[in-house]
Amino acid sequence: MNKTMKGLCGAVAGALLTTSASYADTIKIAFIDPLSGPFAATGENAYHLFQYAVDAVVNDQGGVLDGDTFELIGLDNKISATETLIHLQTAIDDGVRYIVQGQSSGVAAALIDAISKHNRRNPDQQVLFLNYAAIDPALTNEACSFWHFSFDANSDLKMDALTDVIAQSPELTSGYLINQDYSFGRAVAASATAMLADKRPDITIAGDEVHPIGQVKDFTPYARKIVSSGADFVITGAWGADMYGLGTALISNGFTGPIYTYYAAASGITAGFGEAGKGSLFIVAEGQTNPPVSEEAAQYVSDFKTAFPGENFTLARTSNVMRMLAAAINEAGTATDVVAVANALEGLEIENPFGGTLYMRPDNHQLIQDVHVMAHTDEDIVNALDGSPFGLRVSDTVAAAGRDAASSCEMDRP
Amino acid sequence: MDLLLVNLIDGLVTGLLLFMLSAGLTLIFSMMGVLNFAHASFYMLGAYFGYQISLYMGFWMALVCAPVIVGFLGAVVERYGLRRVHQHGHVAELIFTFGLALLIEEAVQFFWGKSQVPFMPPQALDFALFSIAGNAVPAYKVFMIFVAIAIFAGLLFVLTKTRIGMIIQAALSFPRTVEALGHNVPLIFMCVFGVGTALAAVAGVIAGPVLGTFPGMAFALGSIVFVTIVVGGLGSLSGALYASLLIGWITTFAASYDVGLADILNAIGVDQPLDMRNSPWRDFWSITLSQVGPILPYLLMVLTLIFRPHGLFRKGGL
Amino acid sequence: MTDTTPQMTDTGPMGLRLKSAMPWLCAALLLLILPQIFSANATITLMNQMAITIIFALAYNMLLGQGGMLSFGHAVFMGLGGVFAVHVMSYVEAFGAPLPLPLLPLFGGFAGLLLACVIGSFSTRQAGTVFAMISLGVGELIAACSLIFVTFFGGETGVSADRTYGLPVFGVEFLRQSEVYYLIAAWLLLSVFLMYLYTRTPMGRMANAVRDNPERAEFLGYSARWVRFYSFIFSGFFAGIAGGLFALNYEIMTSESMSLVQSGKILLITFLGGMGYFVGPIIGAIVFTLLTTVLGRYTELSALYVGTVFVLTVMYCPRGLAGLLMMHEPAYRLGKLRRLVAPYLKVLIPVLVATLGCAALFEMLFHVRHAPPGDHEMRLYWVTFDSHSPIAWGIVIGVTLLAIMTTRALIPHIKDAWHDANTIDKGAS
Repeated sequence: MNKTMKGLCGAVAGALLTTSASYADTIKIAFIDPLSGPFAATGENAYHLFQYAVDAVVNDQGGVLDGDTFELIGLDNKISATETLIHLQTAIDDGVRYIVQGQSSGVAAALIDAISKHNRRNPDQQVLFLNYAAIDPALTNEACSFWHFSFDANSDLKMDALTDVIAQSPELTSGYLINQDYSFGRAVAASATAMLADKRPDITIAGDEVHPIGQVKDFTPYARKIVSSGADFVITGAWGADMYGLGTALISNGFTGPIYTYYAAASGITAGFGEAGKGSLFIVAEGQTNPPVSEEAAQYVSDFKTAFPGENFTLARTSNVMRMLAAAINEAGTATDVVAVANALEGLEIENPFGGTLYMRPDNHQLIQDVHVMAHTDEDIVNALDGSPFGLRVSDTVAAAGRDAASSCEMDRP
Repeated sequence: MDLLLVNLIDGLVTGLLLFMLSAGLTLIFSMMGVLNFAHASFYMLGAYFGYQISLYMGFWMALVCAPVIVGFLGAVVERYGLRRVHQHGHVAELIFTFGLALLIEEAVQFFWGKSQVPFMPPQALDFALFSIAGNAVPAYKVFMIFVAIAIFAGLLFVLTKTRIGMIIQAALSFPRTVEALGHNVPLIFMCVFGVGTALAAVAGVIAGPVLGTFPGMAFALGSIVFVTIVVGGLGSLSGALYASLLIGWITTFAASYDVGLADILNAIGVDQPLDMRNSPWRDFWSITLSQVGPILPYLLMVLTLIFRPHGLFRKGGL
Repeated sequence: MTDTTPQMTDTGPMGLRLKSAMPWLCAALLLLILPQIFSANATITLMNQMAITIIFALAYNMLLGQGGMLSFGHAVFMGLGGVFAVHVMSYVEAFGAPLPLPLLPLFGGFAGLLLACVIGSFSTRQAGTVFAMISLGVGELIAACSLIFVTFFGGETGVSADRTYGLPVFGVEFLRQSEVYYLIAAWLLLSVFLMYLYTRTPMGRMANAVRDNPERAEFLGYSARWVRFYSFIFSGFFAGIAGGLFALNYEIMTSESMSLVQSGKILLITFLGGMGYFVGPIIGAIVFTLLTTVLGRYTELSALYVGTVFVLTVMYCPRGLAGLLMMHEPAYRLGKLRRLVAPYLKVLIPVLVATLGCAALFEMLFHVRHAPPGDHEMRLYWVTFDSHSPIAWGIVIGVTLLAIMTTRALIPHIKDAWHDANTIDKGAS
């Protein structure tokens, strides 16, 4: 909190009315995500994870180049594309060359578009976009950009891992796809249909539907339809209140099969499900913390929780973003020439303390990493969420998911 | 057929929940002539107070205490806010409640944070009462139905059979005459406002555990409550009941049945073009009933206002 | 007095023309030099945003203030105008149509006009609650459609285009933010001027008459419905212009721009500025944009403060900020405005301290509740202190209470000064 205020005040005092030159000894990184409004809880948590990562992974290790340090500037976009573009301008004026954003693929797409235009029009002020959570597959396929790097496994890669796991469960024969009605939700449904047909042609899709985002007050009718369709598993990419509403409606109306989700954790959802979600909820995600992969990872998690008590540790990739950026800057020998840094990031391969290796695919800027299917449980949990005894324990792992998946990306390189 | 019965029950629950909100709103409208935009915010306050109280004293105390607190808050808002703004006209009143809704949402985030809070149904009702063809009907839902019916019956009784009810009804139509008879009309208005918001809070405490308790819950429900009372005819209690049930069933059935526009068009003989990928009409063909379900009430409202501006269920003029 | 009158009539028309042109010239000059003073790109973006909001708020006030129609879904006109403008921009980009970029907002305007014609044909039949509720319903329907019809609206990702692929106009390619600023400023001046002229036309006057008493207006031979309809479509047109400028500035339109939240925001802005005055929405747009951006950068509670300011405005000065300014007109006419300066300055200090004190209390309470346990250190007004220490709380509460009490003590003085400034001195005639 204190750091938030300091960061905000410091960053903005100058930025509002004057331009200031970038300092030689700090590399400014702007974090543009919702810090107020309905999505603030996730945004704020990510901001704290990044704050911690900047210090723990880079600054406390001696920084990059000749002791240059990272400085993270939090800017609240209220999950609006317009606000994001205003903040992008402010940040660039303030000497920021690296933008971190993740909540909402729509905002990410707007950022990619705006940054491509900006970089073409202002070759002396180019910026890079490090996307840590927006996973619409379009961002690393048809809408890909040289200036954009995706550090979370995109939804196709996650679906690939998820369907691998489903394919190995012979008792699952009928699935139901229910998603929010927008590009990401539709992408989840499309890839689930295609991959299930490929890997387990015997599985029938009992239903494939979309519902309006944030408009459904009561998911009971959907749950009824799913129960009566005879499906024995559900796949959903829903998040936030929709995820909670759908999950509770399913469980309380007698659905007993596994519910495979992308986002049914943290922000009150884990605590909200509690005992009821045990054995039903599964999440496909990166970043294994239960059981811990290494001493180092376990230490990192517990240190974060000491620094930010009461906060969830969910996005292990926040540390990977900083680790890889630092490595790329060191390799490029410069932090101001972002083209050189981007070139260094391409094909970069480093160890992931949370398991496996990290590899930045050069052709579409998609980070390749281990993807896990995790269960919502209270057994063997080291890293619990929402102050409840529950957390996510890894049940299956797909190493380097999608390393050679096809990509339709045609990148314009400077 | 079994699913039909289950859907009827689910729609009834949704509709009755809407009724608990719209009953208070429509009472307040007939009293002051103003649409209270903050009504759903009192519903949210009810849920949050209910959650907080249930942490210490359990769900049943929450069900009793939270509406009392919220009703008191509502009365305070009427006494010190609305009454003051009243002299500036209806637009100012409406805008005041609009601002109040924003303020309450911010206040809730200020005190309870921005995430979902874990508000659970009471243990005593956390079981499936019966099931129809594999579809469990939780006891909690049946409980919701009974609470809503009790509220409707109670309101009807108070308004039509008791002396207080008579005075309220008279004060709604002829405030000056009632005042001349020695009744304190501003006090009556304040009480009605308080009771209306308390009803919303009851709905909040009951709905919080099933629909989730989060800062966006008021916004999600806010405009649909308006739709209900407009469709039912502003100021009409029974109209609000019919409209609530109608909207409850419409949204439930729309979500339950996968009828697409393409099916309808095919049925009437319009063929779908084979390759839809680059067609500007492709979204049009892929519309399904469940996709548009939540916005059907708005369509209903607009049509109602165009063709029967006084509401679907209202006889005679306003 | 008597011998100056003929002279006045002689120079009257000329003097009058100059006098009424003065504010416009000043505004033009101000718009011209502003980017010289604030040259940072971010500030220019902010000013662009402000200009767009001003046009939109004025368009909205054509309905609310001048026509007495409360709309809860006006953002759809701006949104549709913007989306249409983006599509035109893409078309120009793809097919090289000879359309100079500065004319683009016109397309947005016509899209808004067309939509307003369709919706107005049924929604303007009645005023009051029926109109308000139809606007709410239509607003929700179109906002929902913007997510369903992805080919046209682009869904939550929105539609985007590149303004620089159009034809250069006199060598200007609109690469830089400041070039866009001048374009938007020109449109701002033109739109404001046209909307001002509209209020002076018989049509604009009739809108006021229909707002105040539709029956009387009907007796005069005007159809209240058609008067409302014309107000509605003109308002839709200018909202569309604002949308077109938005598309030009951000080069992207998302479904968020059509949402109920945007419609609510413009209502707040108009009311905050004062819907009874032509300049009201302008003041509202400027103050609101500044308030949200500046506050948003310094505190997490900005929405709480904005909400509080808004509710207080409705309660204590329902005629808005413009109304507050216009209250001083009688004193100005009497030439006694100067007598209010000293008392205002005197009360300004305690009011300021009290406001900052209350804000500090909110911030501290927020910090105590939401900062991670153990983090007691907070920074406020350039001072770092322990948010849990009773001393800090004591000081802040004490100072705030003192400031409030001082303010209360000063109220009689202000009242006296106000009374004094608004009465004609006995000696003078």
